[in-house]
Amino acid sequence: MTQPIANCPNCGAKIVFRWSSSVQTVCQFCKSILVRTDVHLKKVGQVADLPPDNSPLQVNTEGQYGHQAFVVVGRILYEYDQGGWNEWHVMMNDGTSAWLSDAQSEYALSRSSKSQNLPTLAMVHVGQQFTWSNQRYTVSVITPAHYRGVEGELPFQYWDKTEVTFVDLRTESGKFATLDYSDPQPALYLGEFVEFDDLKLKNLRSFEGWG
Amino acid sequence: MSTGAPPLSGTPKPQAKALNCPKCGAAITLRSFGQAETVVCGSCHAILDAKDPNLAILQQFEAATGEVKPLIPLGTRGKLRGTDYEVIGFQRRSTKVEGITYYWQEYVLFNPYKGIRYLSEYHGHWNDISVCKTLPAVGSKLGGSSLTANYLGETYKHFQSAEANTDFVLGEFPWQVRVGELAEVTDFVHPPRVLSSEKLQNEVTWSIGEYMYGREVWDAFQLPGAPPEAMGVYENQPSPATTKVTGVWVAFAAFAVFLLALMAGFDMRAKKEPVLHETYQYNRAESKSEPPFVTDVFELTGHPSTVEVKTYAPVSNHWIYLNYALINQDTGQAWDFGREVSYYSGYDSDGSWSEGKQNDAVVVPRVPPGHYYLRIEPEADPALPGIPYTVEVNRDVPVLGIYGIAFLALLAPAVIMSLRAYTFEWSRWSESDHPPMNVANLASSSGDDE
Repeated sequence: MTQPIANCPNCGAKIVFRWSSSVQTVCQFCKSILVRTDVHLKKVGQVADLPPDNSPLQVNTEGQYGHQAFVVVGRILYEYDQGGWNEWHVMMNDGTSAWLSDAQSEYALSRSSKSQNLPTLAMVHVGQQFTWSNQRYTVSVITPAHYRGVEGELPFQYWDKTEVTFVDLRTESGKFATLDYSDPQPALYLGEFVEFDDLKLKNLRSFEGWG
Repeated sequence: MSTGAPPLSGTPKPQAKALNCPKCGAAITLRSFGQAETVVCGSCHAILDAKDPNLAILQQFEAATGEVKPLIPLGTRGKLRGTDYEVIGFQRRSTKVEGITYYWQEYVLFNPYKGIRYLSEYHGHWNDISVCKTLPAVGSKLGGSSLTANYLGETYKHFQSAEANTDFVLGEFPWQVRVGELAEVTDFVHPPRVLSSEKLQNEVTWSIGEYMYGREVWDAFQLPGAPPEAMGVYENQPSPATTKVTGVWVAFAAFAVFLLALMAGFDMRAKKEPVLHETYQYNRAESKSEPPFVTDVFELTGHPSTVEVKTYAPVSNHWIYLNYALINQDTGQAWDFGREVSYYSGYDSDGSWSEGKQNDAVVVPRVPPGHYYLRIEPEADPALPGIPYTVEVNRDVPVLGIYGIAFLALLAPAVIMSLRAYTFEWSRWSESDHPPMNVANLASSSGDDE
């Protein structure tokens, strides 16, 4: 695992990339959003303080998925009209990355899929079925959300988005899919729901009054 | 922590928030660290936006104070399936079926790591409920009248569909709760579980519940006193009988096999040794004065054993009665018994009939070894001039009657258990959208008669 080291162009603090493919990170001291170019880091923006949130996870939380260990390296926080949720960017110990979403303590782990011919947003409606990787998925909810903030390392540039739409799909076997319409080209993530206890999470946040 | 990484800026520990109701000024505690969407003021019943730092008023509902009181007070903590949960919200819901309003209560439980869980209570019946992560498959058969749902490989039977109203709320809710909001609720059961779908506008939420007894809830939350008594049979209440019925029948089958083996074993071991076989002639003319006679002496050897006395007479629409005495020549001990042999047959409007048999057998138990003879005093139908009869004595015969009694003794609990299971299911389903057929038949036929 490579850990490229650079300095924050804004405040000079040391910036460590824990995942070699990270494209973006946030300086932990001055909150500058930094994007990697070939030679150096470029400041592209500044994050406001993230709103207080209730996820028990945080950057540096460690856990297990199957036989693989992972560590949380970054996150995107979204909001929609019924609340908010976190997409935690996790680095697996084989060098790949995945997303662990925490929506009011409902956890799902998914990875980017290379499937082609994804439907446009206008074509999708609740109850519709799609088949990817021999698995049939049913659209359960279409969520217009807005981007609330970022933290840590991300595999792409993600700092100037505002309105984004997600399409969640479920199966009868606990599998899970998300169509992400943040960009002109939709992106597909495939994964499954996971039990909190099965993730064997360490380095969690603590809550006042809850040991 | 990785090398060179600066220390985390240390986000503050989330704390329960203490705020004031913008309407009446009463203290409001937000216990769910921001998971709540709405919070209801306990004193003025204003429904407030929990996401808004100023707690904007979303709805105001009228409720006479103290009208509805949660059995588990808000803020109570308990251990449910190994995890600590705090009661953060409470709502009473109702549904109207054929003009009768039924009420039930729902509690919102919270754990900062595990999230939200629910408890529901209806007339002392509790359910531990969580939102389904897996999508159930709903199928219909028999023209949609009998719906089923499949969830995690198990089939759930449709129990009831109803419209549920929210008529009282208190505390925090992870969704936008409103009093008076109607949801379409459908329950499918597979005791002890219940699979429910709740349709609110366009959103369908599936949840899975597992039956809990009041005392389990009382233990979990260490509540004082006793839980309310459970009334009737609830839709997903596990039957106290069905769980054991199969076991009882398996045990019964095992015992029956054991009995048969025992019976066969004793039957094989029994010597069934013939000791006397004689045919005598009864003549009416003589019998008037003829005294009882005695048979030849026969010897019973070995251990005390059963002695079988068989009588055969070719009677037809007659009877013959024999007064027997089995007498031990050595000790004078005697066993007296009378046997009747009668056989009647004929034809009537129902066809042919018959009654009785030409054979009779009786077993004298535990007869010690020794020299024995039978004293026989015959009597017969006055219409019978004379008849031959055969007397046969066998030693050490198996007694099969006791096996029959044992068999019945084993059968009884199995039958009773099955009946109990049946009546339990009957009570369960008579509350559903699909009452048992015989109820409908019973009701309609008695209605027709009167």
